[in-house]
Amino acid sequence: MNSQNPVIQLENASLERGGRHLWRGLDLSVKPGEFIAILGPNGAGKTSLLKVLLGLLPLSSGIASVSGQPPRRGNQRIGYIPQLKRFDDSLPVRGIDLVELGLNGYRFGIHNHRKATAQVAKAVTAVGAKSYATQPIGRLSGGEQQRLRIAQALVGQPDILLCDEPLLSLDLASQNSITARLDRYRQRNEAAILFVTHEVNPILPYVDRILYVANGRWVIDSPDRVLQSDTLTGLYGTPVEVLRVHGRVLIVGTEDEALTTAGAHHAHEKDIGDEH
Amino acid sequence: MSIDLYLNQAFAQHALLAAGLVSIACGLISPFVVARGMAFAVHGTSELAFTGAAAGLLVAHNPVAGAFAGALVVATVLGTLGNKEHERDSTIGVILAFGLGLGVLFLSYYHGFATQATNILFGNIFGVSNDQLLVLVTVCVGVLLAMLYIYRPLLFASVDPEVAEAKGVPVRALGLVFLFILALTVTSAAQIVGTLLVLSLAITPAAAAQRLTTGPFAITMLSVLFALSASVGGILASLASGTVKPSIFVTSISFAIYIFARTFTRFA
Repeated sequence: MNSQNPVIQLENASLERGGRHLWRGLDLSVKPGEFIAILGPNGAGKTSLLKVLLGLLPLSSGIASVSGQPPRRGNQRIGYIPQLKRFDDSLPVRGIDLVELGLNGYRFGIHNHRKATAQVAKAVTAVGAKSYATQPIGRLSGGEQQRLRIAQALVGQPDILLCDEPLLSLDLASQNSITARLDRYRQRNEAAILFVTHEVNPILPYVDRILYVANGRWVIDSPDRVLQSDTLTGLYGTPVEVLRVHGRVLIVGTEDEALTTAGAHHAHEKDIGDEH
Repeated sequence: MSIDLYLNQAFAQHALLAAGLVSIACGLISPFVVARGMAFAVHGTSELAFTGAAAGLLVAHNPVAGAFAGALVVATVLGTLGNKEHERDSTIGVILAFGLGLGVLFLSYYHGFATQATNILFGNIFGVSNDQLLVLVTVCVGVLLAMLYIYRPLLFASVDPEVAEAKGVPVRALGLVFLFILALTVTSAAQIVGTLLVLSLAITPAAAAQRLTTGPFAITMLSVLFALSASVGGILASLASGTVKPSIFVTSISFAIYIFARTFTRFA
């Protein structure tokens, strides 16, 4: 690991929502270029952690800093991929418009957007979305929409990428190509990635450390050490078994274990719309 | 009687000027009304402009000022009460029903010409005085400038609120600002087609444009063009006919454009 200053730092951070402790005393220090996976059951406060870093939620106690400063809304150094919500058919935007909004959508007034057009085209090509980027966004499949969301997050050349379940609704091939794409960006730009997911397998080859949050407790370490039966049993407080089958990791005994199996994943896909 | 004769007269020129400006404003907001699912808000604010107009008529014999005042009150109330998206329509329904009741009450105390009341409902651009026309022009120019200023962040907030918020767009504040812009535009449009028929200028143009083209710029330009064709075309047709009110032609042209767009749909 290099000795650069951390881009994200949490010290003794706690978050309470609706009178419930999501997590307590969290210490996290992320260096430039690190790939951190954030795992844990539903409602463990994974999305809320991203919202804290985006300046959308205040900590209940403790200190948070992003690039050495307190989190603030509108930090253009952060690229954000929110949880997939299908775009509605009635929206008046194409794929390229969505990507361009990620670049300059926060700016008021009238601007010449010639320069933006070239950047947008580059970002769209880089995620392999060129062939459908000029279609209305609502007509595209879930996977196509998601690639454009990733282009939207990358177009501003962020130092930090916050991704919330970006692989949900994608088929296996898309999952792999998109994670590879995110990882290439990370390596080239020394960008830190925080990646909230239910499904650790597609990103396992790239992950430096895993932050596992459950029952208000947390553990952060290398994937090999976190994905151990005794580590997760300690975290959940109930017996959890980690199995390694054909190079895939299966976590058994957690309430959302079904989500790590292929069958349940397809059920999700159905909710959101088929890939093709 | 020839239409040229009318076109040399101030009342016709003023009507065309007002209609043109109002249509540009309508065309500009129309894609956002569709994207934000605010058709019922348009209907609600326009019906309540009727209440304001009736009150204005009764108190100061000035339905236009009353309508604008009413629209601002309604936008404030909706902005305060209807914060949650799924609550918005029911809030509008509640206020709309009560507001119309008040409007009927005001009209029952008004003992002037009955045509004044039907003008509010169905529009009478030829009957608007110079002063009122000036108000209309001022409001429309204000709406145009405001829309140009907030266009991009408003688009971001309308299509992708989560990322927009993270990127620092004041999503909630823009929603409120747009509500006021919508209320002012709708009230202006009501002067031409009447409060009951505003949807033909505020929804139909974008609904048609989205079927024929894609991308925010093209859709906005096309819906401005459609709104202009309907209102200016409607006034000219009314002048040519001599007896039929412009509203009837405006709504008919608007509907014809929509039917055309549905027939030759490229994007749906």
